[in-house]
Amino acid sequence: MDSRQRHTLGEVVLRVENVHKTYGDNHVLRGVSLQMRRGETKVIIGPSGTGKSTLLRCINQLTMPEEGHVWLSDCEITSPKEDINCARAKIGFVFQSFNLFTHLTALSNVRIAPMKVSKMSKPEATKLAMMELERVGLADKADAYPAELSGGQQQRVSIARALAMSPQLILFDEPTSALDPELIGEVLAVMIALARDGMTMLAVTHEMGFARAVADEIIFMEGGGILEQGPPEDLVRNPKHARTGEFLNKITELYGE
Amino acid sequence: MGFFEFLGDLLPKLLQATLVTLQLTAGSIALGFVVGIFLSLGRVYGPAPVRWLTGGYIAFFRGTPLLTQLLLVYFGLPPYLAMIGIRISPMVAAVIGLGLNSAAYQAEYFRGAVQSIESGQMMAARSIGLSRLKAIRHVILPQALRLVIPSWSNELIYSIKYSSLAYFLTGIRELMFVGRKEALHTANTFQVYLVVAAIYLAIVLIVSRLLATLEKRTRVPGLGIGSGQADRRR
Repeated sequence: MDSRQRHTLGEVVLRVENVHKTYGDNHVLRGVSLQMRRGETKVIIGPSGTGKSTLLRCINQLTMPEEGHVWLSDCEITSPKEDINCARAKIGFVFQSFNLFTHLTALSNVRIAPMKVSKMSKPEATKLAMMELERVGLADKADAYPAELSGGQQQRVSIARALAMSPQLILFDEPTSALDPELIGEVLAVMIALARDGMTMLAVTHEMGFARAVADEIIFMEGGGILEQGPPEDLVRNPKHARTGEFLNKITELYGE
Repeated sequence: MGFFEFLGDLLPKLLQATLVTLQLTAGSIALGFVVGIFLSLGRVYGPAPVRWLTGGYIAFFRGTPLLTQLLLVYFGLPPYLAMIGIRISPMVAAVIGLGLNSAAYQAEYFRGAVQSIESGQMMAARSIGLSRLKAIRHVILPQALRLVIPSWSNELIYSIKYSSLAYFLTGIRELMFVGRKEALHTANTFQVYLVVAAIYLAIVLIVSRLLATLEKRTRVPGLGIGSGQADRRR
């Protein structure tokens, strides 16, 4: 049975409404809206420079949108009254360049947020961090520093770091783009397992294998907006816009089936 | 008077003075460290007025002679402090003067180290929910302080030698002052200064060795000099 139908979709976890972002003269996001239900996985594709990463950063406000609103469950996190640190703790973020803390071991990278944000005790945080490292298959690398790990391993640690805060959703910003081809598989395997476990995930990636395996929906972005979205089969077989089909063909050619 | 007799007479006095020199150095480097950290953070992360003020502070203390600054503090500060009922000894005045100067230089070293850290580190720290202050404390500073050790060593070495400028402030019996006094009372002027120089050199060498050890102890793969190769591995 297809994994997509296995979990019934829950309540709305994330609601993005009419988000705009401008850098100088460059109107990167021109009113983007989307929503994610609990347990859903959505994949954002689109040409480079079209605002995919900016959209993810606007969601947890690593970049401040000029206009628009973002709700996490019932709470509007774009409201100035909201404690953004608190909101960010509930949204995992996985970067293209991993961004593990260079001076900390894998274990400390995963345990720092539970300790310093959630005020968990060290033994408790260590236990939790070891569980999360186990989940990404890296318990044996707990004492390694990021520089001693391969890119794939670093990215898996950074996923464990996001998981340690039990986030309501995780944003993935091209998580495999900086990896050598032979290291991509191990990261995708972890992401697929997470999606099947019911994690809510919004991923910018052109890995169509991943999209087909677990995505409930593919979102095609172009020119700072969402051109089209729908279940992977629909989008691949009957794209409403010629441009979507064209782009999908191109990335299938590049990334394979 | 034989050489050993001469040394036996001179050394205890100079070593006594060396303790004062070490106190001056320790005090000024510590004060400079604390003030320097805040200056550098203000300069990198502060709002415009803070950046402007810290920049002005650094420009003043790097742009005027240390001796001028010492005399300004020594003669300028006590009357004002006396008005609010605080009396400071010449020693404290010297530590404040040397420390405020050192702060400006240390701030520039710290700023360089903080700015050399990839922006992704701060972004990742914010993404897991750390506030800016916590991100600086737990992510940025631990890395910056490791990176800064080699260049910061220079500042510590300068501080040891600049403490000799306290010579010009009456009432501080540091190494240069006592050395000069002894030199005036003996025919072996040259030898006295040679011993004084040897003591400064010994302190500098010991401190350099300690810092090299500190650097080695705190070294982390992938951070700082010699980490380039590990960084490339992806």
